[in-house]
Amino acid sequence: MKPAPFAYAKARSLEETVALLGEHGDGAKLLAGGQSLIATLNMRLSAPSLLIDINGLRDLAGISQRDGMVQIGALTRHAEVERSEVAAKHAPLIAQAMPHIGHPAIRNRGTFGGSVAFADPAAELPACVLALGGELDITGAKGKRSVKADAFFKGLFETALGPQDVLTAIRVPAATAHSRFGFAELARRHGDYALVGLAASARADGKGLADVRLAYFGVDSTALRARKAEAALAAGSLDKAVEALDGDLDPPDDLQGSSKLKKHLAGVLLRRVAAQLSEARS
Amino acid sequence: MSERMVEIALTVNGEPVSERVDARKTLVDFLREDLSLTGSHVGCEHGVCGACTVRVDGLVVRGCLMLVAQCDGARVETIEGVSDAGEIADLQAAFTQRNALQCGFCTPGMLLTAQELLLRGGAPSREVIREHLSGNYCRCTGYHAIVDAVESVAKARAGDGQ
Repeated sequence: MKPAPFAYAKARSLEETVALLGEHGDGAKLLAGGQSLIATLNMRLSAPSLLIDINGLRDLAGISQRDGMVQIGALTRHAEVERSEVAAKHAPLIAQAMPHIGHPAIRNRGTFGGSVAFADPAAELPACVLALGGELDITGAKGKRSVKADAFFKGLFETALGPQDVLTAIRVPAATAHSRFGFAELARRHGDYALVGLAASARADGKGLADVRLAYFGVDSTALRARKAEAALAAGSLDKAVEALDGDLDPPDDLQGSSKLKKHLAGVLLRRVAAQLSEARS
Repeated sequence: MSERMVEIALTVNGEPVSERVDARKTLVDFLREDLSLTGSHVGCEHGVCGACTVRVDGLVVRGCLMLVAQCDGARVETIEGVSDAGEIADLQAAFTQRNALQCGFCTPGMLLTAQELLLRGGAPSREVIREHLSGNYCRCTGYHAIVDAVESVAKARAGDGQ
């Protein structure tokens, strides 16, 4: 199918973008990489009156490390993150997730911020940002603010972003010698959205783990922390952590699989990811 | 400044093109309908099949997931340009020799996607080739012959010291 008609504006600045969003209200949508948005336009699942193309705002792209945080500009393309030495060294969980996102042609266009802001429940990056306890930098009508990942993802395609807000950057704590990470997903075809996936971080504490954060994707309306399993894993029992998932997750049946199947797979992934968390980083 | 019609100037296969286009027109529809470059195919129209693959500023992208309005100032290359330039003559020959196509619908996208991997040099493993082509559907060949063709070209090019 073809998109319904819309107007197109090329934003020249962040201020202009916020102003245009204010002027056009809910009818306006931001166009970043477009790898989800244009598909929904083609399918007529959405029909905005105005697309605001922010691809020219190059200040919003790039990866840097400063003050113990890795900052990823919202417009940074997936392919750029995938090749980034800063990401590989200081945000290895994100580097590990990157090859799972779409396919090469999608990663050439799709943006980090776009994926986080769109908040598809089966997408990798919202779960990674949640697992890392990241922060989201937002510019809106009232200026700049920062929201923690735990308060950012609210529901199905719903985030803390208001109608006049632009996500400008994502910040995650830089890895230290004690940081441990794990990532695994099951998809029907490599690069497809996950049936179930898990991104995790922890801090090595003697022989055990502390500050365990398990962020599942593909099991609920948004990326979701399995807090009971986190506590069990930090207490040292993988078996109890897998059992605890029963209380943490209530995946809906969908076209991809039954609730029962997804719960089972969540446990399988937890065992794989727990093994990664227990390994020392090289 | 926001309009349903947009003025754009770009190059397509090296030739300058200036047009007034519908903002909602995708890049692949523009290439096919306005420029009669029908080598880029329209399959699923939501980014899954890869038949519409083209190069924009040197990177392989989905022609159905980019608006032509976004291509103002861009350098667009299609299978017509890349094959006429002789850039992938060896890859095309390998596809023929190895029966890496039957109906041909996916072939332009396959060739451009494979060429992106081949341009990185070296001899990628079959697993890496499969991963790189994972976003391009072929409903005829079962992929083995395609991977064979790409692998043979990678080895030949690496052997030539290119």
